[in-house]
This record gives sequence, structure tokens and C-alpha cells, in this order.
Amino acid sequence: MSKFNKKKGGELPAVNTASLPDIVFMLLFFFMVVTVLRKDNMLVQQKLPKADQVEKLKKDRSVFIYAGKPSSRYKEKFGTEGKIQIGDKYTDINSLEFALSEARSKLIPELQGKVVVGLKVDEDTNVGLLQDVKEKLRDLNMVKIIYITAPGNDVQQ
Amino acid sequence: MGRRATPEVNAGSMADIAFLLLIFFLVTTTIEKDKGIARQLPPKQDEQPPVDIKEKNIFVVTVNKEDQILADNELMDIQDIRQAAISFLDNGGDGSCAYCKGEKDLTSSDNPEKAIITVKSDRETSYKTYIQVQNELVAAYNFLRDRESERLFGFKFTKVKSAIATGDFKGNEEKAQLKLKEIQALFPMKLSEAEAKKSQ
Repeated sequence: MSKFNKKKGGELPAVNTASLPDIVFMLLFFFMVVTVLRKDNMLVQQKLPKADQVEKLKKDRSVFIYAGKPSSRYKEKFGTEGKIQIGDKYTDINSLEFALSEARSKLIPELQGKVVVGLKVDEDTNVGLLQDVKEKLRDLNMVKIIYITAPGNDVQQ
Repeated sequence: MGRRATPEVNAGSMADIAFLLLIFFLVTTTIEKDKGIARQLPPKQDEQPPVDIKEKNIFVVTVNKEDQILADNELMDIQDIRQAAISFLDNGGDGSCAYCKGEKDLTSSDNPEKAIITVKSDRETSYKTYIQVQNELVAAYNFLRDRESERLFGFKFTKVKSAIATGDFKGNEEKAQLKLKEIQALFPMKLSEAEAKKSQ
């Protein structure tokens, strides 16, 4: 009998945590790989409107145009009128052409002909500003656009 | 003296370090979810060839600067746009459209081939409403396309399309693409856009 009792006497053995770092590292690598650090510094408000009839954007062939009111910390300097942002800076409607061709030249050459313009426009913006942008895009012959939206739908059916 | 085993490195804090990094990446990660409504702008032309389109074949949606919506000369709520667009597209007034299930109203569109939806907006319309209207109109087309693809092929048009786009489609992709084209031809998306007016 004593042979069996011997082992039961002690406390619970500690859980072996030797593989914990491995597990955590695995998770770490996963998040490192999927992380995309935000490239452009947002100068305008970006509360996208909601839509649910959406298509996916092909990232490798897209350039982005942001539009909206200047975000709160730039309000004092730039006012509250809707503005356009490409890359890291505000762009005037007249210099849109230059800024867009610059953005396009950063894509790989094979895809430059198939460029899709992603329009990230704040929901409070006037359609007029969008209209001006679209007019310019037509001049530039960049006719494929996509209105980027947030998932969901406000409309009750 | 003879034994010179290197002392083992204490790896107990390894987990802590890894956790720290993990939490950093967890917080900074924004899994990109860029999706949206795709459109093709009409190419720039100096002279538009005059096209004769019967008035009954055009469904005009006007959004004013107060974000009120006028569809087919009726003041409408955003909720009702989808149904109105569906019944307009699905009308089949001239009887040439065998798959239409609409009312065959003579004062509405002849067939989906000819039916055109036009969105007119004011310069001061809010982008939110504008996108909502666009979304509802696309939804109307998607509803009809889904209906037809279920009837003909037994799958949902929108589901197969998004599966192909994300690469999750199982089966013959080319054949499915052809089927999608066929459905698209049944209800061609003719959404035009009038230039925004200056508000007075």
C-alpha cells in the first residue's frame, strides 16, 4: 500500500509552461505578417458611409484619393471646407492631375494602365467636391473608380 | 575542472517579451478591409451622339441639397428606392422579356435591356445620401440578378461573384464566369449619372 501512497502525498505539479513562448511567438508572427502599418497620415476626416452591395478592391493597382473636412487638429489652420488629400498632403483640385500621375507612377508598370482610383470620402462631404474630382479623373482617363465604404447599411428595409 | 557545461540561459522571461510584442502588434493592426461600390466613369467626349431614349425607359432619381429624394417624380424615402427600382427594371412593358415578373405596365420600362437609371444630385447633397442611393440601386440589380441565376443555374449571382473575387470558388471558374456574364446580360447595369447641378 505504501507504494501507492507515496506519490499522492505531494502538491499538484506545476503546469509546464515551456511551450508557452512558442505559442505566443506563433501568434506574434501571425500579427506581424498581417499588420499593415498605415501609410498615409490622415489630414482629413474619414468617416466612410456604409454600404453592403460592395466589391473588393484590388490593392496592387489602386491609388487613393481622400476627401473630407480637415481633421480636428488641422481645423484651425485649414478651416472646415472639404479638402482633397493625396498621399501625405492636401491637394488643390487644379494640381490633382500632377498628384495623381505621381501616385500612379509608384505602381508597377504592368498595372499602370489598369489603375483603379479608390475614393475615400467622408460622409459629410458635398457631392460637388466629388463631382470635381470625377471630372478631373475623366480628363486623365482614369475612369475606373471605386467608392470605398464601411460595411453595414443604415437603410431599414 | 573538467566539466565546462555552459549554464543554461533562463528563458522564463521569453514569454513576457513575446507577449509584449504580441500586444503591440495586436493594437496596431488594422486588418485592411477596403471594399466599395465600383463604377466606371464615362470617357471624355467632346460631342455626345444624340440618343433617342423614350422617357418611360428612364428612371430618374434626383437628390436635392436637403437630401430629399425624388424618384420617378415621386417624393420617396430611401427605404423605398430599392423596390421602386426593382419594379421599374423588372417591368417588361413590351412583352419581349420572358423572364420579367413585373406588372407589364405600359407607362414604365419596355425591357431591362432598355431600362436606364439616372441619378441626379445637387452639388450640396451629402455624400452619405449619395452613397446610400447608389447602394440601393446596385442592390436592386443584384436582387434581380440573384433571382435569375437561382432560376437558371441554382446559385446566387452575388455569392459566386464574390467567391471568385476572393479566390474561394470551388469548381470550374471559367464556366462560372460565362454564366455570370449571361446573367449580367439579362439585367445589364445601366446606371448613368447626370452632372451635379449648382444649387440656387
